[in-house]
Amino acid sequence: MDSFFRSEEMCLVQLFFQTESAHNCINELGHLGLVQFKDLNPGTVAFQRRFVKEVKKCEEMERILRKYSRFDKLEQELKEINSNRDTLRQNFTQLMEINHLLKVFDAFLFYLHDRFVAGVIKHERFPAFEKILWRLFHGNFVLRHEDPVKKDVFVVFVQGDQIRGKIRKLCDGFHASMYPCPNNAYARKEMRTNVNTRIEDLRLVLKRTEEFRETTLTAAAANLQEWASKVKKMKAIYYTLNLCNIDITQKLIVAEIWCPVSDLNSVHTALIHGSEQSGSSLSPVVNRIQTQQTPPTFNRVNSFTSGFQSIIDAYGVGNYQEINPAPYTMVTFPFLFAVMFGDCGHGLVMTLLALWLILHQEHFRKLKNELIDMLVDGRYIIFLMGLFSIYTGLIYNDCFSKSFNVFGSSWSVRPMFHPHGPWTNDTLHDSGHLHLDPLVSGVYSGNPYPFGVDPIWNIASNKLSFLNSYKMKMSVIMGVAHMLFGVTLSLVNYIFFRNLKDVALQFIPEVIFMLSLFGYLIFLILYKWCVVMKSESAPSILLLFINMMLFDYSSEGTVLYRTQKPVQIFLVVVAVLMVPWLLFAKPLLLYRKHKQLKFLSLPFCLSLFFGVKKAFVSLQVSMADIFVYQGIHTIEYCLGCISNTASYLRLWALSLAHAELSEVLWKMVLQVALRVTSGMGSVLLAVTFAAFAVLTVTILLVMEGLSAFLHALRLHWVEFQNKFYKGSGYKFTPLSFNRMRDMQ
Amino acid sequence: MAFAIPMVIVTLFWGFVGGVVPWFIPKGPNRGVVITMLVLTAVCCYLFWLIAILSQLNPLFGPALSNDTIWYLQFHWR
Repeated sequence: MDSFFRSEEMCLVQLFFQTESAHNCINELGHLGLVQFKDLNPGTVAFQRRFVKEVKKCEEMERILRKYSRFDKLEQELKEINSNRDTLRQNFTQLMEINHLLKVFDAFLFYLHDRFVAGVIKHERFPAFEKILWRLFHGNFVLRHEDPVKKDVFVVFVQGDQIRGKIRKLCDGFHASMYPCPNNAYARKEMRTNVNTRIEDLRLVLKRTEEFRETTLTAAAANLQEWASKVKKMKAIYYTLNLCNIDITQKLIVAEIWCPVSDLNSVHTALIHGSEQSGSSLSPVVNRIQTQQTPPTFNRVNSFTSGFQSIIDAYGVGNYQEINPAPYTMVTFPFLFAVMFGDCGHGLVMTLLALWLILHQEHFRKLKNELIDMLVDGRYIIFLMGLFSIYTGLIYNDCFSKSFNVFGSSWSVRPMFHPHGPWTNDTLHDSGHLHLDPLVSGVYSGNPYPFGVDPIWNIASNKLSFLNSYKMKMSVIMGVAHMLFGVTLSLVNYIFFRNLKDVALQFIPEVIFMLSLFGYLIFLILYKWCVVMKSESAPSILLLFINMMLFDYSSEGTVLYRTQKPVQIFLVVVAVLMVPWLLFAKPLLLYRKHKQLKFLSLPFCLSLFFGVKKAFVSLQVSMADIFVYQGIHTIEYCLGCISNTASYLRLWALSLAHAELSEVLWKMVLQVALRVTSGMGSVLLAVTFAAFAVLTVTILLVMEGLSAFLHALRLHWVEFQNKFYKGSGYKFTPLSFNRMRDMQ
Repeated sequence: MAFAIPMVIVTLFWGFVGGVVPWFIPKGPNRGVVITMLVLTAVCCYLFWLIAILSQLNPLFGPALSNDTIWYLQFHWR
């Protein structure tokens, strides 16, 4: 059997290589992606590790790459560009201020004072400025200001140079920038044109600087990806080196790795390659060692099986070399989904969607959206779900809530009328609904519809009475079959681990318990289906089952077949006997074995007295543990049989919900538009169909699809897997650069 | 008698899918997985079809139809 049915056999290997070739060798192993390094320095903190400086350097480089997109000499260039740009911006702001100043200056012309100070000051400082001016000069000045932008443009007209000097000093104190303004209008106009030209020039220069900056950055960005991945690889290599041991001579590195046995050769080749690259003379030594530690669980998957393996691992990674439920889940999960989804029209849409995802996989992955990534990862699952839904939809005879009549229905109406049957034309006038009676000859042809549910049920008003009974029984049959399959897989596990004791002590009582009760229930269902009986005398299977457990045979008409009573009593007694077998047999056997061991070892243990005493104490504790554990397992299994079987009824419930929703969409949305007879009907139909399509996709495909997915998953995780799966292993996480790159 | 025909055909079909096709899957790393999938598909689908047909074999009650439906069916179905 290939490795997908069971996790691969792993071995613990010691590697010895020289310090110079360490980097190259680990690089080769990272590309191979098949080894997991064990931590040989578990006690040391991150800061105490040997290569912590190198790791820090790599992290620093990563940070730079992520945030600022600068690197090495590029950093200097960019710094230069940025400072140039800042100076230019400053000049630009100054020129703009002068421009504003000149603009408003003309408004102040009618003041005849010929000395003035003109400038620009920050808006919030202006009131203080004004106040101090008043305090100092007692109104011997005229101050005018305007507020074009955030800054205030002001002019102070004064008489006398001394005052002007003082005001200049005041302006300096307030960090207001002063500009010389010419007296006459002509000079001002000239200055304005001058300033405007300079502004235009500066604008151009600024634009060019920005463009240059952009081109340098884009050139850098092209290499960015490459640098980032290189830094990531280096960081991973140094991190791995931190896990290894360095011996005293500082020349040899010792590493311990977990590796699949079948890949030992490729690992060896990769190491030789790495050491050749680094030019070292000695080739690395590969030494396989025996160990008691539990190896990690490794399931080799390809792109088709990885989706299913990941949904199994989401619940729990399997124990080392325990049976892997994934290959069976690949069919049973989409199948149980389809039983709950059961509509061939919706199934077809789902299959086409999955095909689209499969064919354009790279395109979707480039979008880097989390939700779409999840859909793309599960594309094969969705594809299989769609395919099986088409099949179950054909069996349920449900396509967008309508049925196909391919083979001709088995029910006919004509024989119900005179002279064959009880109806006349008057009967039709009297009542709204009439039941066809299968006992009248000819009404039921005697041969069931060859493929699926008869199409007459789609137009019958008591459709649910038939479908509910059919689907509930179907769910119970599917459930018991699924659970029996799970219990059988536990047998396969016991045989693989050579645990034949558990086969007799656990597997056999479990199987007999389940078969005697629920296998018999299946038999009753099949018997009632296959044998002809009158409707009045047909006993309800549920009541039969309940009475069987209560040993109640008093009521009339409770037999399906002649020898029912003794058979049922026998089966219940057998089932009840299985419970103490499950509960007590294994712990008692273990107890006896340990007692024998203890008595045997006493004469030899005078010198080992301490050891035996400790062992004896630990034995007592573990005996109680074993009893409790076995008790829990028995209760869980026996009660679980009943509750899990009932849990499978969700197959019925969800398929009912889906069918009803789809019928509502047909009756209340599309049929309304189809019944309109006026000319506008076609327009209305087009609009209504759009609504129908949107509702179908969002409610029936997305919502019901997610719901059925979840419930099918739960049925696998709980009802199926608790029969055989332990799921407490740890996953094999090899050093793999491909995986790191895909995870970005 | 007409019940036997679909029974035989469908049983043979799924028997072929689950029992004969696995022998022709070429050797490769995926052989075991493909065979498992074929067998499980055949078993699941056959069981599902079998339940559907057995449940309709001996009906205990018939469909309840409205007047209009009965009127239509009386003339249009044979």
